[in-house]
Amino acid sequence: METVLARAGVWLAVLLLAVVAAALAADAGFAIHMTIVALAALVILWVTVSGADYGAMARGILKMPADEGRYDDDPIRWGVIATVFWGIAGFAAGLFIAMQLTWPVLNLEPYLNFGRLRPLHTSAVIFAFGGNALIATSFYVVQRTCRARLAFPGLARFVFWGYQLFIVLAASGYLLGTTQSKEYAEPEWYVDWWLTIVWLAYLAVFVGTIIKRAEPHIYVANWFYLAFIVTVAMLHVVNNLDMPVSLLGSKSYPLFAGVQGALVQWWYGHNAVGFFLTAGFLAMMYYFVPKQAERPVYSYRLSIIHFWSLIFLYIWAGPHHLHYTALPDWAQTLGMVFSVMLWMPSWGGMINGLMTLNGAWDKVRTDPIIRMMVMALAFYGMSTFEGPMMSIKSVNSLSHYTDWTIGHVHSGALGWNGMITFACMYYLVPRLWGRERLYSLRMVNWHFWLATIGIVFYAASMWVAGITQGLMWREYGADGYLVNSFADTVAALHPMFIMRAFGGLLYLAGAVIMVVNVWATIAGRLRQEAPMRDAAYDPAADRPILAPAQ
Amino acid sequence: MSTHSTYDMLRHFADSWGLLAMLVVFLVLAAWPFRPGARDKNHHAANLIFKDENDG
Ligand code: HEM
Ligand code: HEM
Repeated sequence: METVLARAGVWLAVLLLAVVAAALAADAGFAIHMTIVALAALVILWVTVSGADYGAMARGILKMPADEGRYDDDPIRWGVIATVFWGIAGFAAGLFIAMQLTWPVLNLEPYLNFGRLRPLHTSAVIFAFGGNALIATSFYVVQRTCRARLAFPGLARFVFWGYQLFIVLAASGYLLGTTQSKEYAEPEWYVDWWLTIVWLAYLAVFVGTIIKRAEPHIYVANWFYLAFIVTVAMLHVVNNLDMPVSLLGSKSYPLFAGVQGALVQWWYGHNAVGFFLTAGFLAMMYYFVPKQAERPVYSYRLSIIHFWSLIFLYIWAGPHHLHYTALPDWAQTLGMVFSVMLWMPSWGGMINGLMTLNGAWDKVRTDPIIRMMVMALAFYGMSTFEGPMMSIKSVNSLSHYTDWTIGHVHSGALGWNGMITFACMYYLVPRLWGRERLYSLRMVNWHFWLATIGIVFYAASMWVAGITQGLMWREYGADGYLVNSFADTVAALHPMFIMRAFGGLLYLAGAVIMVVNVWATIAGRLRQEAPMRDAAYDPAADRPILAPAQ
Repeated sequence: MSTHSTYDMLRHFADSWGLLAMLVVFLVLAAWPFRPGARDKNHHAANLIFKDENDG
């Protein structure tokens, strides 16, 4: 009783503070955000004092199996649902901005213009879709590999809900125009502080579970997750060292200015790719690929070399985003050299994942989940080959600022992050809800093909667009003047933009099929369907040869 | 010390002893799984994810 009272007191205080802050706010964006915080506090306050077991009700609605005292899986089930939900939101936003670039009439001023929706898209796919997938799978994997229940169960729930609040504040801020305009770090100072708190709680739950493990060895996937959590904490704090103008307003100014600011931003930006979109997802790879293939990882030694090489190299590669800028030349060269070196461990990791299937290659034909994993690894390999190539200064002078970068991003994002996440979701849902199998494997197959063809359209059109654009920009006539105006290049790219939007449509369609499949699996339904592969059976031939009549 | 000489000192340290120290640490960490007697440990570690029969 006392703890309920104390908790209710804390939430009441938060509620009152938020209401006061909303009333005294210096700008509308801050006022709206504080109203959202107040509403969130009100809901939690209600849940705390009303005494009703909302957790159990939600479990009933979402058909979640009761906790059997084995592993603490509720936050993971929530995380799976959140991943699927934010995935659809983020892909839809991506499709919409792709169409805005193709048909500018779709720019709906001011709230839904391209400038506001673009960060909405990037944050929704990276932080909401990717982040929820990472948090959910890390909680799953750390429990299974440590043979221990989650440490601090209350804190784990706080991490999940706190992270959703972060997403809502970030996304609504973009639409309202509240942003500090740093790519992938757009949210303003108070949202950054909130994320710092949530992230430290996440670190505490993860490390706490590792500390209470029953299994002496810490499986390599946990190393990757831990590197991801620790590095993201460090990047986030350093890149967001800002001074708010007022504690009751949304505006703030960064500590670093000029070229130092640019370097810190791209040290952050590149390592967000290296540790959020790579290390974290590699952790998924190192657990779920061996589990789905039912074979141990090809080489455990290689996985450790992969780990240390990424840790030691990635951190220095950021300057490749600032080629030919005011950044000192030696720093640009350093970034280039480390990026080129990154190619080797990345391919080592890809080979390690693919060779895990050695001796079980037939699964690529019969198991669409394995097929997704193989495709994810292939795209991991492709984007980590393309990246080092683009970081060579002479190549970058062609690719920089063009759609080639966008093609590179999405071959990594759609191919590697998207595909491995879908595969993990398909692996997790039947296990988390105690179902015999997925609703339909054939629908997974459909999802696989729609997504793959979508990526092909996306990446191929952006490569052509990027190189066209780069070549047109640098084309000089005999008289020494540039041949093309910027608008000429835009007109030349129009067909490519249509193809990219079509690719996005296919990718989104695949994800919608996943929603249906996950939904039906949770509901406990099983689709009657022909198995993916069966040995041929011909009843007509299945009889003895009769002695021919003489 | 002026800010420029601090910069200069750190920069020289970074591309001499600092670099060497990081390289040595990296090489030791990368060689660690190849130490004698590690084969069994690696095999065990790679298979530990299969010990849990009904982990769902
Ligand atoms: C339906 C699928 C998707 C479509 C149609 C789509 C479309 C787009 C478009 C049109 C842009 C803006 C490009 C520009 O400014 O020229 C963009 C940027 C971006 N998208 Fe996507 N996207 C999709 C999925 C994803 C996913 C799944 C991720 C990550 C996991 C992602 C990450 C990004 C990033 C990081 C950028 C910024 C790139 C940069 O600044 O270089 N996208 N996307
Ligand atoms: C060895 C690995 C990699 C290297 C060396 C690398 C290198 C590069 C380079 C040189 C650029 C272009 C910078 C510019 O001209 O502005 C870039 C952009 C980008 N890459 Fe990679 N890349 C790698 C892997 C990946 C992977 C696996 C992903 C995603 C899953 C990824 C996501 C991105 C993103 C989001 C950007 C756009 C940044 C922006 O907003 O401008 N990269 N990368």
